[in-house]
Amino acid sequence: MNPVHIIPLFVIIPLAAAFSISLLGRFIKRFSEFLACLSCALLLAYSLYVTIFFKITGQDILVYKIGGWVPPFGISMVLDNLATFMLVTVNLISFLVAIFSVRYMQMYTDRPKFFTLFSLMVCGMNGLIITGDLFNLFVFLEIASISSYALVAFGTEAEELEASFKYAIMGSIASSFIFLGIAFLYGFTSTLNMADIARVLSLKHNLWVVPFVSVLFLMGFGLKSALVPFHAWLPDAHPSAPASISAMLSGVLIKTLGIYSLVRIFFNIFGVNKALLSILMFMGALSMVVGVILALSQWDFKRLLAYHSISQIGYIFLGLGLGTPLGIIGGLFHLFNHSVFKSLLFLNSGAVDYAAGTRDLKETGGLGKVLPITWQTSLIASMSISGIPPFNGFFSKLIIIFACIQRGFIGYAVCAIIASILTLASFLKVQKFAFWGELKDKFKNIKEVPGLMKFSMITLALICIFGWMMVVPPMNFFILDAAKVLLQGTMYSRLVLEAAAR
Amino acid sequence: MIDNPKTGMTLIVKTVTRLTVGLILLFGIYIILHGHLSPGGGFAGGVIVALSFVHLMLAFGKDVAVAKISRNLATNLESIGAMMFLLVAVMGFLGGSFFLNILAKGKPFDLFSSGAIILSNISIGIKVGVGLFAIFLALVILEKTKKE
Repeated sequence: MNPVHIIPLFVIIPLAAAFSISLLGRFIKRFSEFLACLSCALLLAYSLYVTIFFKITGQDILVYKIGGWVPPFGISMVLDNLATFMLVTVNLISFLVAIFSVRYMQMYTDRPKFFTLFSLMVCGMNGLIITGDLFNLFVFLEIASISSYALVAFGTEAEELEASFKYAIMGSIASSFIFLGIAFLYGFTSTLNMADIARVLSLKHNLWVVPFVSVLFLMGFGLKSALVPFHAWLPDAHPSAPASISAMLSGVLIKTLGIYSLVRIFFNIFGVNKALLSILMFMGALSMVVGVILALSQWDFKRLLAYHSISQIGYIFLGLGLGTPLGIIGGLFHLFNHSVFKSLLFLNSGAVDYAAGTRDLKETGGLGKVLPITWQTSLIASMSISGIPPFNGFFSKLIIIFACIQRGFIGYAVCAIIASILTLASFLKVQKFAFWGELKDKFKNIKEVPGLMKFSMITLALICIFGWMMVVPPMNFFILDAAKVLLQGTMYSRLVLEAAAR
Repeated sequence: MIDNPKTGMTLIVKTVTRLTVGLILLFGIYIILHGHLSPGGGFAGGVIVALSFVHLMLAFGKDVAVAKISRNLATNLESIGAMMFLLVAVMGFLGGSFFLNILAKGKPFDLFSSGAIILSNISIGIKVGVGLFAIFLALVILEKTKKE
C-alpha cells in the first residue's frame, strides 16, 4: 500500500469508530469498548508504520491532495517528521488510555456515549496534526475541544458541570481569537493553505498583519495550552473529568491543540523572530514557576497534577522558545516525556479513586501496601516528573537547562532548576500522604485494580524508565528529525508545494 | 393528541401551523435537494427541516413532535447521517483519492448532476436536521425537569 493513502485514514478510522459506536453501542454489549481500543490500536500501528517508512526510505514529507485538487485550491494533508512525532505521541497515549478506560469507566453509566466522544476527540487531534490547511486546523481544533467540553462534564455533578462551563467559555474565547487571526490572514493573503500562506507572506513587505495575528494566536493557543496568564480553566477542568480523560487532556490535548499548532504556525508559516521567541520563553518560565508554586498547597490529588501540567508546559515552551537546535530537541523530548508521565500519574489517581473511592490526600494514606502496582508506577512517574536520573524527565530537563546556559540565559536555567526542586517537593507530598505511612482501617479490604488498568500503567512506567533511549542512537532520529522540521522554518512552504507538485 | 385543547398554544396558532408546517418541511427538502444548483445546501436545508418540527413542538406541545420523531430515532438518524457523509467521502477511494467525486457529473444545471455532491448534501441535511431537533428536544426536556 502506498503510504500516501494512509494519511486520510488518521481521520477516517476514529470518525467511523465514533459514529459506529453511537449507532450500535447501545445494542451490542462491549462493542463500544472493543471498537474504541481497536481504532486506537490501528492508529498507533499506522503512525509507527509511517515513522519507520520515513526512516527507511529517507523521504521526509508526504502531501495528500483531498479529492485530487492541487494544494493552493484544494485542501491538503501534510505528513512530515514533526507530524509523525506528534502522531506517535498522541496515539500511544490514547491507545493506553482507551485500554485503561475499559474497566475504569464501569464506575460511570452510558459508556457508548463516552467512547463516542473519546473517539471524536482522538479524531480531532489526529486531524489537527496532519492537516495542511489553516481553516481545517480550526475545524479539527473545534472537534477536539467541543468533545472535551462534554467529556469534562461526563460525571454531571454540580462541580463537574461548573468546570465544564468555565472550560467551554474560556475555550470558546480562545477559539474566537484563533478564528479572528485566521480571518485576518485569509483577508491578507487570499489563501488558506498553510504552505501557500507562508509563500505569500514571504513575498510581501511591511507586514503589520504578522505581529497582530501572532498576538491573536498567542492568546488563542496560549489559552488552549494553559500558559500562565491564561491558565485559569485548567485546574478546574482537569480534575473534574474522569481520570482517563484527565490523562488525555493533560497528556496530549493541551499539547496538540496548544503547543503543536502554535509552533507549527510560528516556526513554519510566519518564521520566528527574536521578539516572538522571547515572549514564548518568558511565558514559559513564568508558567513553570507559578504553576509549581500553586501546586504545592493542593490537597486534591488530581488538582495538584493539573497545576503541575501548567508548570511542565512552561518547560516545553522554554525549550522551544530558545529556538536553538538543542532547545527545540529538549522541548520536543520533554513534550513526549510529559505526555507519558503525566498520563501515568492521572491514571494512578484514577486507580486510587477506583479502589479507595477518594482522591483527597488528607484522607488517604498507606495505600502502597494494598495497591502495590499503582504505588510503584506512581513512584516511577513522580521521580520522572521531578527530574531524578535515570528516568526520562531528567534527560529532557537537563537538555533544556543546558540549552538555556548555552544561549546565556542563566536566569531561565535557574528558574528551571528551582521549579524542578519544588516539583520534587510536591511529589514527595503525594507519595507520603497517598502511599506511605499508616494504612487506615477503612482501606484494609480494598483490592488492587483490574488487569487492564494495570497493563496501561505498567506500559507507561516502562516507557518512563527506558525513555532515555530516545536521545541516543539509534532511536534518536525520532526527535532529531522532528526538531529539524521546526529548524528549517519557512522552508516548509517550498517543501510542501514541491511535494504537492510531484 | 393534536386536538387536545389543553396542550400547546391557541386554536389560531394551531390552525396556521397545520397549514404551514408541511410547506416548511417541503421547502427544507427542496433546499437540500437543490443545494448544488442554487444557494443553500445540506446545512441550510437541514436547519429548515428541523424548524418545521420545532414549529410543531411549539404549537402543539412536545408529545406531538416526539410522536413523529422519537429521541432514539433522532440520535440514530444523526449517526446515520454522519456515517453516510463519511461513506460518500470514502467512496472516493474507488477512484483513487479521499473525497474524490467519482459519480457521473451529468449535464450542468440538471437536478441529477454534480455526482456525489447531492449525496453529501442529503447526508448533511439529515445530520443537521435531526441534530438541531435533538438539541431543541433536550432543552425542552431540561426545562420540564427543572419545573418539576
